[in-house]
Amino acid sequence: MYSDQLLNELREKARILRRDVIVSIGVGVAGHIGGSNSAADLVAALYFYKMHHDPKTPKLEDRDRFLLSKGHVAILQYAALAESGYFPVEDLKHTKEIGFYLQGHPDVQKTPGIEAGTGSLGQGLSIGLGMALGMRLKGIDRRVYVLLGDGELAEGQVWEAAMAASAYHADRLVAIVDQNGLQANGWIEERYNSYPIREKWESFGWRVLETDGHDMEQILTVLDDASRPEGKPTVILAKTIKGKGVSFAENVVGFHNGMLTEELYRKALAELS
Amino acid sequence: MSDTNQRIAYGKTLVELGKENKRIVVLDADLGGSTMGKLFEQAYPERHFECGIAEANMTSMAAGLAQAGMIPFTNSFAVFAGGRAYDQIRQTIAIGELNVKICGSSAGLSDFGDGATHQSVEDLAVMRAIPNMTVLSPADARETAAAVKAMVEWQGPCYIRLNRNDLNNVTPEGKPFQIGKPYVVREGNEIAVLATGVMVEKALEAAYTLKDKISVRVVNVSTIKPLHTAAVKEVIAGCKGVVTAEEHSVIGGLGSAVSECLRLERIPIDFVGIRDRFGSSGHCYQDVLEYYGLTSEHIVETVLELYKEI
Repeated sequence: MYSDQLLNELREKARILRRDVIVSIGVGVAGHIGGSNSAADLVAALYFYKMHHDPKTPKLEDRDRFLLSKGHVAILQYAALAESGYFPVEDLKHTKEIGFYLQGHPDVQKTPGIEAGTGSLGQGLSIGLGMALGMRLKGIDRRVYVLLGDGELAEGQVWEAAMAASAYHADRLVAIVDQNGLQANGWIEERYNSYPIREKWESFGWRVLETDGHDMEQILTVLDDASRPEGKPTVILAKTIKGKGVSFAENVVGFHNGMLTEELYRKALAELS
Repeated sequence: MSDTNQRIAYGKTLVELGKENKRIVVLDADLGGSTMGKLFEQAYPERHFECGIAEANMTSMAAGLAQAGMIPFTNSFAVFAGGRAYDQIRQTIAIGELNVKICGSSAGLSDFGDGATHQSVEDLAVMRAIPNMTVLSPADARETAAAVKAMVEWQGPCYIRLNRNDLNNVTPEGKPFQIGKPYVVREGNEIAVLATGVMVEKALEAAYTLKDKISVRVVNVSTIKPLHTAAVKEVIAGCKGVVTAEEHSVIGGLGSAVSECLRLERIPIDFVGIRDRFGSSGHCYQDVLEYYGLTSEHIVETVLELYKEI
């Protein structure tokens, strides 16, 4: 259904985003490699295939919105925005410099293309819901995508929003759960279990779609499925690997917010080139 | 009750403004019957969002609505609107300077029956400490209506604190609300009492009681933030002492704000307010105010004590 050319282009975009993530973290400063790389394929599919947006007009009314509820992987969204043309790719390596427009967490005021202030977890879905309802009032028929972590699902506000979205039949709202199985301190199922997930979303009245979060063809299929409104909000459960693409960081707890030595930095870039 | 109740003035003004301004939307968390969000719901059901008993979600939803170009007003009791949803206000509204208006209804001790859980003694302090936040505290229903108009015109996050009970109208009729501008409601030239909310009326009573002994000026400080030194100096000019009066903790509210403004001035200041305590249930509002020392008599005593010092 999708051409090999398209799929390969998107895989290539995802590789570039992962490389950009490493470049923006650099050497000797902690950065969220794990959760960025687990979501890179999903984010590449959204920015370079699915979403209607215009980097030259970030505030274009008639646009799809992407909100990063797991705000700690801001560097991934910055990479997607930069590669889309919102701002220069060269600026990524200045991320987190004092006063710079690329802060450690998304800031709606400072950065073009950022739709929501996030970082304190659990709030993005509520913001996305408000946005979807505002767009409905204005007659803008576009989608709001909200990326959450699976560890984040422990936050009670996620379920307040889930309940409300269902009550409001917010069928232009699409939640995507980056199910990498790890939270900051370890495996979710060992530390504090937010699973099972599917049943929770279903019982809250959501349509649930599942995908391998690293299989581009599957990702495009569920994103396109999610675009067919059924009178209720949709959640995509995406099974992923934390740190994907950087061998020494994959499934390693320490690379939730890890620091790279010069040697590891070079190794990561080599693996992503 | 309608002409003397801040909540009703609030609800009616939103309805009035919402007629022309279609960007105004109102969110309630199952307390619309009390916050008077119900008036907006009845008038414009498509622009009212019942968010259930879930203030955190309501507050972040308002951020999303603002991002979509709306002017959302979130309503709940002050302890919930500004307290329970503090993190949501901070992160999703204030950092980004989004155009969200937050109504802390039944604020202070005004929900007299419900006790400490429902009485906000610290909301002004908490909201005032958040960068980018504007904090309003009107004195009566008349000023509330004017304040709501100003809030709609004001670009950016704004918190308004409203009293649950009927209050006498003490502010001038037809006066537009100027954010950031305290103003004199009774002339005097020896002691300036700077009051906010319900305490403005108490201050006027105190000034009257003292009229043959001390010339007391009464100032309505209905914007708690921004409150600039120049504006405060202007309203106390010529007076030799300052007393602040608020239905709020003496930590972080009006007294603190005024003291910060006057920190380089050689003028004695004293506070009438709640002494670092939570509220309590009472059978009537007046009983609770008396119990916490929030009466005109307390203002009189404080002014007399201060007068001895100058």
